[in-house]
Amino acid sequence: MVIRLRNITKVYRVGAERIAALNGVNLDVDRNEYVAVMGASGSGKSTLMNILGCLDRPTGGTYELDGRLTTSMGAAALAHVRNERIGFVFQSFELLPRLTALKNVELPLIYARAGWFSRRARAKKAIETVGLSDRMRHRPNQLSGGQRQRVAIARALVARPAILLADEPTGNLDSRTSEEILALFNQLHRSGQTIIMVTHEPDVARHAKRIIRMKDGRVHSDLPVEEDPVSELPAPAPLAGIPLEVPA
Amino acid sequence: MNPLQLLIAPVVLIYQSVFLALGQVWANKVRSILTTIGIIIGVASVTAVIAALTGMKQSVLTQFESFGTNKIFVLPYPPDTGKRVVWRWADLRFHQHDFDELLEHCPSVATFTRNCDYTSSISYGTHTESNVDIAGIDPQWHQVENRSVILGRPFSLIDNEHARAVCLINKIAQDRLGLDTDPTGEAIMIGDRRFIVVGVVESRAESSMFGNGRSDAEVFIPFNTAYTPDNGFVVVAASKSPDVSDEAQAEITFYLRHRHHLRVDQPDNFRIQVVQKFVDEFKSVASAITMVAGGIVGISLLVGGVGIMNIMLVSVSERTREIGLRKAVGARPSAILLQFLIEAMVLCLLGGMAGLLGGEGITAILKSIPQAKLEQASIPGWAIALSFGFAAAVGLLFGMFPAIKAARLDPIEALRHE
Repeated sequence: MVIRLRNITKVYRVGAERIAALNGVNLDVDRNEYVAVMGASGSGKSTLMNILGCLDRPTGGTYELDGRLTTSMGAAALAHVRNERIGFVFQSFELLPRLTALKNVELPLIYARAGWFSRRARAKKAIETVGLSDRMRHRPNQLSGGQRQRVAIARALVARPAILLADEPTGNLDSRTSEEILALFNQLHRSGQTIIMVTHEPDVARHAKRIIRMKDGRVHSDLPVEEDPVSELPAPAPLAGIPLEVPA
Repeated sequence: MNPLQLLIAPVVLIYQSVFLALGQVWANKVRSILTTIGIIIGVASVTAVIAALTGMKQSVLTQFESFGTNKIFVLPYPPDTGKRVVWRWADLRFHQHDFDELLEHCPSVATFTRNCDYTSSISYGTHTESNVDIAGIDPQWHQVENRSVILGRPFSLIDNEHARAVCLINKIAQDRLGLDTDPTGEAIMIGDRRFIVVGVVESRAESSMFGNGRSDAEVFIPFNTAYTPDNGFVVVAASKSPDVSDEAQAEITFYLRHRHHLRVDQPDNFRIQVVQKFVDEFKSVASAITMVAGGIVGISLLVGGVGIMNIMLVSVSERTREIGLRKAVGARPSAILLQFLIEAMVLCLLGGMAGLLGGEGITAILKSIPQAKLEQASIPGWAIALSFGFAAAVGLLFGMFPAIKAARLDPIEALRHE
């Protein structure tokens, strides 16, 4: 198991009130799974994502990532776990505007304290994986939305993480570019990458192999994609005549 | 990670932070300049003030030096008893043979001369000069004053013993009297007495502080020729080195008290002035002034530090998302802290460098003003080191709060920040 969540709870205090965002979540994710987490806003899917990404600590329960119990770790140790085992892909890409694509991809390796040569080589390889070798000297503002998200994916992959966590990765992209990104995810999945993706779009979720629906801080349903309602949606129609890339 | 990497890793992180910080400064050029103006002005004024004080100290010390820091003046002086007692000159004045055994009893004294000065008019042919300084000197005067005879000969012991009517003159006297390029053997009139010129003495070293700033005609005659009991005389001694001038002073005091048959309860009836003492006092006053001035101007560096803190706080809140992302990809709180601390220090050190250039500029201007007499002004190495150290410390001090704020940011909140 890459991920083993046991009875995870998260309680926020708002004034005197206690709001339970997660209410006893149990979840196992195996190596090379491709999971989509769905749910309405307020269902606790973002909180779950933050806990899975070690950005936040649960109030109760245990979380084992890649065989390590993260729930007893301090801030520096969690930073180390994020650096080594988790790759984040965000809705708004979060690239540093002043750095070139290659430098953006190198960022996690700086904190991994990799040497200059290995850093360069690994970053170049990651950028190759997402098919942007010809754009690595460009800055984010010289790239299209899809290209930016590819750079972000390369950055997430560069440290060879155990899991790739994507939070609405296509939320800022048009449908054509979204398809490209999802195709890239499929390709990564085929090559063995474990992927967990949060989305509220059924069209996006159907690309995953397993769909988890959250409701009121609990896992509402956890089914293979074939048994989930998303599989009954009609395939999206080809988008003729619409500009393919939205200018940034 | 092998041990070598473990050792290198923190260094790599620091140098990357420095690069990052330089990038930030370059990206916000105008802001960085405005922010560091406080530091720039602070460092520039500290270094310029210290340079000016150093120059002043040097020029004064140089004048002391040309005057001779090993010189000791011994003069008759009424004792300071507090009571208004009228002393008779006859009781105070030195006697001609008071100092005959001085050298045997004062091992720290190298040599001495008795000086008996008066003014008179001199003339040669049709040229007449009035109010010329006539100095009765011992032959050792040349060693004490460090002025030798450049033409002719010095006084011999016989000149002195027999109180012969011979004289030495300086170049100015020679010119004023319209004497030949080689005036030796010529006879000039001092008052109504005829003197034979035996040599020319080299001119007094340029000094505006001492010797009344005059470059006048001087005439020297043997001590015994000039001496009259009514005039009296003073003694100028030279200690073997400036370091032993205190010992020399004590020895002369002991010797003179003995010569004057003073009892233990009687005060000195003479006074001894040591040039080295003035030098020491001046030095301590000068360094006190330097410290006070440096300290006052250094406060402006602290004010500059507030500007740095302000801009670092702005920088942290502007880059909240960036901090969130860096944390998400694995930056430890300490790495974020280091990044912002180094950025503040880089700002301060760049300001310090610019300030130092400014200080050098001001120093160059000061040097070029002839009236200021600061030709020797320069920024000493310790002031450069101090102002850089201080700039770095200001960066560390005032960068700490913003850096801690950045390091403590919650990555989720930070990534959500607009």
